[in-house]
Amino acid sequence: MTRSVAFSRRWLLKGAAAAGLTGSALSLAACGQSGEASAKTLLNVSYDPTRELYVAYNKLFAAKVKTPVTVNQSHGGSGKQTTAVIEGLDADIVSLALAHDIDAIAEKGLISADWAKRLPHNSTPYYSTIVFLVRKGNPKGIKDWGDLIKPGIGVITPNPKTSGGARWNYLAAYGWAKTHGQDPAAYIEALYRNVPVLDTGARGSTTTFVQRGQGDVLLAWENEALLALKDSGAKDFEIVYPSLSIRAEPPVAVVDKNVDKKGTRALAEAYVKGLFDDDAQKLVAENFYRPVSEAVAAQFTQTFPQLRLLSVDSDFGGWKKAHADFFAAGAAFDALQVKLNK
Amino acid sequence: MRARAPERPKTPAAFLLMALAAVWMALVIVLPLVNVLAEAFKQGVQPYLSAIVQPDALSAIRLTLTVAAIAVPLNAVFGIAAAWCVTRFDFAGKGLLLSVLDLPFTISPVISGMVWVLLFGAHGWFASVLEASNIKIIYALPGLVIATVLVTLPFVARELIPLMQDQGTDEEIAAVTLGASGWDVFFRVTLPNIKWALTYGVLLCTARAMGEFGAVSVVSGHIRGLTNTLPLHIEVLYNEYDSVGAFGAATLLAGLALVTLVLKTLLEWRFGDELAANRRH
Amino acid sequence: MTVNATPTPGAVPLATEGYKPPKATHKARVLPGFGLSLGITLTYLSLIVVLPLAALLARPWEHGLDGVWQTISDPRVLASLRLTFTTSLLAALVNLFAGLIVAWVLTRYEFPGKGLVDALVDLPFALPTAVAGVSLCSMYAANGWVGSLFAPLGLRIAYTPLGIFVALVFVGLPFIVRSVQPVLAEFDAEVEEAAATLGATPLQTTLRVIVPSLAPALLTGFSLAFARAVGEYGSVIFIAGNMPFVSEITPLLIVIKLEEFDYAGAAAIAVAMLSLAFLSLLLVNALQLLLSRRGRA
Repeated sequence: MTRSVAFSRRWLLKGAAAAGLTGSALSLAACGQSGEASAKTLLNVSYDPTRELYVAYNKLFAAKVKTPVTVNQSHGGSGKQTTAVIEGLDADIVSLALAHDIDAIAEKGLISADWAKRLPHNSTPYYSTIVFLVRKGNPKGIKDWGDLIKPGIGVITPNPKTSGGARWNYLAAYGWAKTHGQDPAAYIEALYRNVPVLDTGARGSTTTFVQRGQGDVLLAWENEALLALKDSGAKDFEIVYPSLSIRAEPPVAVVDKNVDKKGTRALAEAYVKGLFDDDAQKLVAENFYRPVSEAVAAQFTQTFPQLRLLSVDSDFGGWKKAHADFFAAGAAFDALQVKLNK
Repeated sequence: MRARAPERPKTPAAFLLMALAAVWMALVIVLPLVNVLAEAFKQGVQPYLSAIVQPDALSAIRLTLTVAAIAVPLNAVFGIAAAWCVTRFDFAGKGLLLSVLDLPFTISPVISGMVWVLLFGAHGWFASVLEASNIKIIYALPGLVIATVLVTLPFVARELIPLMQDQGTDEEIAAVTLGASGWDVFFRVTLPNIKWALTYGVLLCTARAMGEFGAVSVVSGHIRGLTNTLPLHIEVLYNEYDSVGAFGAATLLAGLALVTLVLKTLLEWRFGDELAANRRH
Repeated sequence: MTVNATPTPGAVPLATEGYKPPKATHKARVLPGFGLSLGITLTYLSLIVVLPLAALLARPWEHGLDGVWQTISDPRVLASLRLTFTTSLLAALVNLFAGLIVAWVLTRYEFPGKGLVDALVDLPFALPTAVAGVSLCSMYAANGWVGSLFAPLGLRIAYTPLGIFVALVFVGLPFIVRSVQPVLAEFDAEVEEAAATLGATPLQTTLRVIVPSLAPALLTGFSLAFARAVGEYGSVIFIAGNMPFVSEITPLLIVIKLEEFDYAGAAAIAVAMLSLAFLSLLLVNALQLLLSRRGRA
């Protein structure tokens, strides 16, 4: 009895002390680390598929500025990242899937309202478009948007409510129908009747299509499709370019309120400006985004075929209107879901 | 009163039951685990090893351990206090207190994360206080800890309460009658009696704390190398189509859980006699 | 039901069947630490559980009762609640039987590797739910190990409500097993022997004597598994397909609202979900009370 009591008491005290000590030591270490580094640390809050690009660009940037700088990266669904920045995630730079998300942050006063004008090309250092990824040999003969609404075609696209990429898909499809004399609403309805799975993000949809074998065609960012092709060695899939698509522009901005508080404005502005330099533009193209620099684009015409592209601003009246028309709570997409299930 | 000792299965009914249990365990638990292992080692041992020693993976492991090292002792102390006052005393509102104690089980992890944003987010109840004092809770270590604490709060208490209820108070009262102080009673009588349940509760709590995904996902901010816990890091890797890395990291959590749980079984077996002796005096 | 409540010589004779703790309000409170332990408990619960829930309850009302009602009565929200609660109920029911069998085998029989099997039961607690979801989805998809067995029969599991059910069974199993196991382990052998002496077959003994006395533990396990399933998010979204009205669970709708920065809407759905979960638990508790009364009568 005595022995076991002593044993258990020691055991408890030791355990508690060890746990407590490790805990506080580790948290102290963590604090020390962030405190010391905060002067030369930037946080780039971005959406999912840009990670490889920014890993490469961060190296380039660190070499350029000469002073030691750490750029931390946060990636997630564009909407989720937007909410996090609004709720206090200390981003110096946001690089999100669509301008509407940065507008939402600007509305809360964290970014100046004229952010899009501060950098060239509406503050988008790269763009992409929406293409079709189909299974090798294109067994269902999918050539253009019109083929997607045929009976028996399974279309994989994420939920536009949670995925920025899916909104570009939606707008591209809508734009095609409109420019081809079809009733866009009826076309969209027929299209979503062919969607068997709505993942929450673009990466989830790619996995569903590529690894789980669902559906016949994946509506994807061109950069995602090229990456999937590269990963699978181009033996299982091929890319189909439709006759018309959309210019998908993921913009970048410096978060004014945060950089002023942290004293990182100069560094953060250098970071986003540098994205437009030719060496960065080359990284952009190597990571399958279309570069905005014409000189660099000329070197990559093999990778990025010419394509007629719609634009949100001239064809949909800007993101504010497009969001209110299609994606806001109770707007066209929500109404469509109700209709599809009647 | 005596409990029935387990025996070797003899009757056809026993074999049928064992077969049913085996099939169910295989379908529901073993196959998913095997699948995780198969994915992790798909390309052999070397890619697996290099996947789990990446700097981001290591920092995620360190963060996960840190969060657990703070959250679990807190919940253990709370669990002991709660079990003591609930099983040793009668007071008004005890039923209510027990229901509140169970609440975290019924709250969706998504909500368990969201409530902290409502309190400590930039538009939350305490936003101005935090802003003025420059304290960060959400998207930093404290946020991860409190979200984990909320999700794992009932585990230790729930393990201790039924046991302490069953054990009754006569040994403790005897000790007090003989002049022992409160802490003496606790350390010399109560603790030895509950140490296995406590160990088990702490293990469960630790396992759950390290595996928690939904709640921490809301409050983490997903900064690689800084606020990504292991489960969040796994999601990131998976989203990068790095299934070896993702499942490799998952094997660490599964392995950790299995090791602690097997350890617990071994401890019980090794110290079983001592335990029984303890109970009999 | 105790194994160790042996009366100690010289002790105050309190511990007997139906042990009742001494009243704290009573003058003769023998054991110390009431104030300290209650203080810790109340402070902790207030800070960690009550305060955040108060924040949640306070949040949905900025558009008034109408706004809340509009959010909750949206057919899509209602469909998701129906889906979430029915799949959770079914998963908990199936686990009730499966969990009882697993607990029975673990406590009654001796076989090699029992310790490992016993440890494996807790795996769903420890595996991150997202990992479980990914793993289950890759197994149960039409091109997975298990899914390919069912695909020829025209049965799709992943990306349907059936997939949600599979994920919820996974997360719920340990709750039933762990609730039943200790009670079964301490079940008085004499009662069983008495039943046998009176001519009951083993099956009769099991169904008429053992299972009824397990009922409270089974109910506890059932309600925990059910509650856990209702809130489950990580493992479900990977396997569900997430089609509105068909396979979209309520926690996902909350996440969607959060990403629209609609905290009021998210909180309204969260409150609705919590209240429903509570009502279900109350119902289970009432049933339990009824059972224990009948057991005593």
